[in-house]
Amino acid sequence: MSTDVVMPQMGESIAEGTVVRWIKKVGDVIDKDEPLFEISTDKVDAEIPSPGAGVLLEIKVKEGETVPVNSIVAVIGAEGEKPTASAASVPASGQAGSTSGPDGSDGSDSPEDAPENDAPGRANGAPASAEPATLDDLRRTRSSPLVRKMAKEHGIDIRNLSGTGISGRVTKKDMAEFIARGVPAPAGSPAARPAPTAPPPPAFKPGENVRIEKMGVMRKKIAEHMVMSVHTSPHVYSAYEVDFGKIDKLRQAKKAEYEAAGTKLTYTTFIAKATVDTIREFPFSNASLDGENIVYKRDINLGIAVALDSGLIVPVIRNADEKNLLGLSRAIQDLAQRARTKQLKPEEVQGGTFTITNPGIFGAVFGLPIISQPQVAILGVGSVDKRVVVVDDMIAVRPMCYLTLGYDHRLIDGADAGRFLQALKNRLQNFDESWV
Amino acid sequence: MTVHRLGRIAYDEALALQQRLVEDRRHGTIGDTLLLLEHPPVITLGAKNRGRSSNVVATPAQLADAGVAVVDTGRGGDVTYHGPGQLIGYPIFDLKPDRCDVRRYIRDLEEVLIRAVRSFGIAAGRVDGLTGVWSGQPGREEKLAAIGVRISRWITSHGFALNVSTDLSHFNLIVPCGITDRGVTSIERLTGRAVKMTDVEDAVVAGAESVFGVLQTV
Repeated sequence: MSTDVVMPQMGESIAEGTVVRWIKKVGDVIDKDEPLFEISTDKVDAEIPSPGAGVLLEIKVKEGETVPVNSIVAVIGAEGEKPTASAASVPASGQAGSTSGPDGSDGSDSPEDAPENDAPGRANGAPASAEPATLDDLRRTRSSPLVRKMAKEHGIDIRNLSGTGISGRVTKKDMAEFIARGVPAPAGSPAARPAPTAPPPPAFKPGENVRIEKMGVMRKKIAEHMVMSVHTSPHVYSAYEVDFGKIDKLRQAKKAEYEAAGTKLTYTTFIAKATVDTIREFPFSNASLDGENIVYKRDINLGIAVALDSGLIVPVIRNADEKNLLGLSRAIQDLAQRARTKQLKPEEVQGGTFTITNPGIFGAVFGLPIISQPQVAILGVGSVDKRVVVVDDMIAVRPMCYLTLGYDHRLIDGADAGRFLQALKNRLQNFDESWV
Repeated sequence: MTVHRLGRIAYDEALALQQRLVEDRRHGTIGDTLLLLEHPPVITLGAKNRGRSSNVVATPAQLADAGVAVVDTGRGGDVTYHGPGQLIGYPIFDLKPDRCDVRRYIRDLEEVLIRAVRSFGIAAGRVDGLTGVWSGQPGREEKLAAIGVRISRWITSHGFALNVSTDLSHFNLIVPCGITDRGVTSIERLTGRAVKMTDVEDAVVAGAESVFGVLQTV
C-alpha cells in the first residue's frame, strides 16, 4: 500500500506551491505527521507533515520546483518496500493519473489569476488531504452553493449534467438551461417546488395594440435572478438619513487633488469606504446561507451596480477593505468605465459578497433594491439633496441622503440592520479626514 | 490571546523561544501568543536564499565594522535587516481550524500594521504583488514594514518588522526582500518627530486586537 503525498492548498486563492526543502530523503523511515518537506507560497514558508507512516519511496518534485496544488510530490510505501519497484508502479495506478486531470487546468494559472469563487470545496484544504476524488465528485463539490441549491430545489442530480465551467464544473447557466429545457426530474425524486396555484394573467389580450420584442440575454438573466432572489430571501428594509455636510466639504477640498491623480472623488467613493469598514465590523453583512450553515466570507468583495443603456451589471472590487480612498476611487471608476464599454472580464462580475446600488443618480430619494444572491444584504443610496433639517434645535440647510439596507431576514434581524446602518451613518457623518 | 513585550533580545534567542512556543501552542499548553521585541543589528536570510546571500551587498568586513551578524532562518521571504528602533512582532497563532489561508493571514498582518501606523497620522497601504506595508506616492512607495512568516501545521511563527526609528542606512547593506527599485522608510522619517517605542507597541496591540480579536497583555 503506498500513499501519495500531494502539494497542499495553503489558501483559497492559492493554486500552486514551491518545494523549498525535503526534510526526509528517499529510503528514510517516516512517521505519520512527522515533518516531511517544506513549501513556500508568497512570503510564507510552511512545513508539511507526512500524511502516512512508512518509507519515503520516491520524490517526484525537486527542491525549487513549483507545481499546482494537489500534484503528487512524493510517494510513501510500507516499511520494507523497495523504492525503485513501487515507484515504477505508482504513476500507472488510476488515481495517481487522474490528479493531473481536473486539477491541472487550475494549477496552470498564476495564483492571482486562479478562479477563487464558486469553489467552496477548495477552501481551507488541510495539508496533505489526499482524498482521491472522482471527476463526478469534483463536479458536485465544486459547484457553487447556488447551483447546488437550484439542483436540490428541482430534484436534479448535478452529476447528470455536463458542466461548462472551470474543470467541468456545473455553472448556474448550465443549471438554468437544464431546468429551462424542462428535462423531467429523475423518477423517484420529489418535485422540488409546488407549481404556482394560478398562472399569472396573460400579458396582453388578443387584438390589443402592442409591440412584442424578444428579451436580450442580459434582460433575461436579470429577470431570472430577481425572481430567484425574492423567492430565496425574505427581504426587509431599513432606512437611515445621513448628513453629508462633512463629506461634501472634504470632497470639495480634495477634488482637485484626486483629479490630478487621475480619478474622481465622488460620494460613492466615500460611501464605499465607510461601507467596507462597517462590513468589517459586522460580519453578518458579508455572509451567505448554505443549507443550515451560515458562511461568513473573510474577503470583502464589494459589488457596485452600474446602469447600462440597456440593463445593469455589478462589477466587483475584490478585497475592497484593503484599499484606501484613492484605491477605491480608481477601482470604482475603472470598473464602471469598463462596464459601460463592455470590457469587463467574467471574473470581475463574480464573487461579490455585498452590493451597493445607487438609485440616487437618477434622482430617487431612496430605493428598495433586491439582494444579489447568494449575498444577504444590499445598500441603496438615495440622492444627496439640500434639505431643511433641525440641527441643535435650530433650522439648518444640509445636504442629506437616505441610505436603505435591504437584507435577508433569514439571517439578519432588524436590530442587526439598525446597528449596521447606525455605524455606517456615524462613519459618514464623522468621516475620518486622514483617509482622504 | 497573550502579548509578551520582551524588549531587546538576540535573534538566536528569540528564534529558540519561538520554536519552544510553537511546540507549546501545538500541544495546547498556551493560547495564541504575540511576541513584541527588538533585535540587535542582524541580517536574516529567508527560505528563498537559504545558504546563499546574493542580496547581501556588503562585504564580511563591512558587516563586521557595522556590528551586524548574518543568520539563516526558517521564515519565508528573502533577506532582511533587523536592528534597534525596529519593532518586531512574532505571532504564534494556531490558524486551525477556520483560518487556514496563508494569504489571508499575511493580509491580516498587513492590516494590523496599517491600522497601527494610522494612529501616528501615517497613511500606509499595500502594493500589489509586494508583501509588506508601504507608504508614499503611488509608484514610489517605500517599505515601512517587512513581513516574513513560517507556518508549521498551521501554527505561525516569525512575523513582521516595523521600522519605528531604525537606522535606515543599515538597509544599504542588503537588497531588502530582493526588491531593488524601492526604498525603505520609518515612522520617524514619515512623521518627522521622535516616537516612543512603547506607543508603537500599544498601537500594534490595538491593531492586532481589532484584526485578530482581543489580546491579553502580560
